Amino acid sequence: MGPARRTVALVNDEPMIVAEGLHKRYGDTVALDGLDLVVPAGTVLGLLGPNGAGKTTAVSILTTLLTPNAGHAVVAGVDVVRDPDGVRRLIGLSGQYAAVDEHLTGAENLEMIGRLYRLGRRLSRQRGGELLDRFRLADAADRPVKTYSGGMRRRLDLAAALIAEPPVLFLDEPTTGLDPRSRTELWVVIRDLVRRGTTVLLTTQYLEEADQLADDIIVIDHGREIAHGTADELKRMIGGEHLELTVLDLDRLDDARAVVEPHAIGEIHSDAQRGHLSAPVDGGASTLTKVLRDLDDRSVEIVDVGLRRPTLDDVFMALTGHTAEVPT
Amino acid sequence: MNSPVIALADAAVIAKRNVIKIKRVPDVLVFVLISPIMFVLLFAYVFGSSIEVPGGNYREFLIAGIFAQTVMFGATFTGASLAEDMQKGLIDRFRSLPMSRSAVVAGRTASDVIYNAISIAIMSLAGLLVGWRIRGSVTDAVIAFALLLIFAYAFSWVMACVGLLVPTPEVVNNASFVVLFPLTFVANTFVPSEDLPGPLRPFAEWNPISAVVQASRERFGNIPPEWPEQTAWPLQNPVLYTLIWTVIVIVVFAPIATRLYERASRR
Ligand SMILES: Nc1ncnc2c1ncn2[C@@H]1O[C@H](COP(=O)(O)OP(=O)(O)O)[C@@H](O)[C@H]1O
Ligand SMILES: [Mg+2]
Repeated sequence: MGPARRTVALVNDEPMIVAEGLHKRYGDTVALDGLDLVVPAGTVLGLLGPNGAGKTTAVSILTTLLTPNAGHAVVAGVDVVRDPDGVRRLIGLSGQYAAVDEHLTGAENLEMIGRLYRLGRRLSRQRGGELLDRFRLADAADRPVKTYSGGMRRRLDLAAALIAEPPVLFLDEPTTGLDPRSRTELWVVIRDLVRRGTTVLLTTQYLEEADQLADDIIVIDHGREIAHGTADELKRMIGGEHLELTVLDLDRLDDARAVVEPHAIGEIHSDAQRGHLSAPVDGGASTLTKVLRDLDDRSVEIVDVGLRRPTLDDVFMALTGHTAEVPT
Repeated sequence: MNSPVIALADAAVIAKRNVIKIKRVPDVLVFVLISPIMFVLLFAYVFGSSIEVPGGNYREFLIAGIFAQTVMFGATFTGASLAEDMQKGLIDRFRSLPMSRSAVVAGRTASDVIYNAISIAIMSLAGLLVGWRIRGSVTDAVIAFALLLIFAYAFSWVMACVGLLVPTPEVVNNASFVVLFPLTFVANTFVPSEDLPGPLRPFAEWNPISAVVQASRERFGNIPPEWPEQTAWPLQNPVLYTLIWTVIVIVVFAPIATRLYERASRR
């Protein structure tokens, strides 16, 4: 029961993170243009947006690395501008790029961060050891970080953010650049943290990640909220899974459409020039199998078929009528 | 705990990290030492016979100059390391921790003293091999080494500011080249300042690096008896002049460095 925990108890009924009207400019670039957000204690907020949307800027303000030009923010009851050190005691940050020292070992990195949180040498080592175990880094604990894979660095970086057991955790694109397996592993770790009561704000460019982890999602673009809701609400807005297929012979597209029709739960879009069609479905793989069997029965040859989960681009298409624009 | 104690404890944690790195990446040290050792050899054997110092031995004259030049360039390491920490996002991590605002730079500059001490030790060996001798007392020699390290320590706060301002470590290295070459050459490091032409001479005489070199030379007993009297005040009082500069540089640049750290951010 550290001092951090006690502070949490005090503000238990209050939201853990509140931001109102955050503005941030870099010269002529408006990075944040009046962002509001509220994260209740023990929940996960996903900040979803393309490159350049303002995600890192928002995280930087909430973690006291940047001061906003306007607006204010309170983390665990502490104002980020008025009492930055108070906020720093209560948060863990795992930034967009793993910020661990390449030349130190995993254990040394964690000890260093623990001591800078003033846990003392003994407790820093003890917690460091526990975290290395928990994140399956125990075997690599005494190896310099420069021998670690990307996934291992990311886990170590997260361990560093957790060493003081902060009640509020900020994760900026925690899985960008990771292979699918490391990504899934990290999701497990994050879910585990939330189960233990940590409040999390995470940013991501992947709708699927927000869907997997977040209770509540804010979609941002150009520093502004463009949609807000649970993963289900967003998916309802844009339609869920799609079955997509391309026929070999363009003339058979209508036959293919007839096969898909009974499974579609919404409007089917087809493109006669490319011989392509896309239909919202549910039932996943079993639907796909049925469709393939029927196509085969009617000898409709296809060159490509698959189930596609909606992406950030689909969100943007549905909300703004264009795909997420990536600056530069 | 009061805040200066906390700041010291945090700085010690950072310094410890840097020392571990010296052990783990000794090639940095080796690489940095190649050029001073080369200087010792080049100047000793190539110019040694053609550069005259009144009544003295040029190699012996030379060593204090090379020490000073090397520890000044050693300060570059401070800036480059901070720029690298910034580039790698470590400064952002440190800034998100409830640690003292001055500790990262203070820990850095402190651990770089060790770095400079090691390089002076190795250069001393190289010097002894080419005929350099400490002719004064041990105490005087210790004072000479201490002055070199203290002055370099002060200068590393200047380089820390540079490191926190620029985007990459390479820029620090290039910037220091442009500033440090003239500063260490227009001085009495390699030739007596009296031999410098026109306006270079007063510049060299008031250049604090000349004072550090003069003070070390005196304390090492490397100034021959026939040496002409120094006419410029800084060179008549080289220890005092060095200490004045040391204090001024730290008082001015330490707060600037801390402020730059507070505002530093990736990109
Ligand atoms: N230090 C900076 N200087 C200038 N522009 C910046 C800086 N940091 C971010 N920006 C700009 O602000 C906008 C938002 O950036 P960022 O918050 O990093 O977005 P994200 O994390 O969503 O990719 C972008 O247009 C980016 O180019
Ligand atoms: Mg970002």
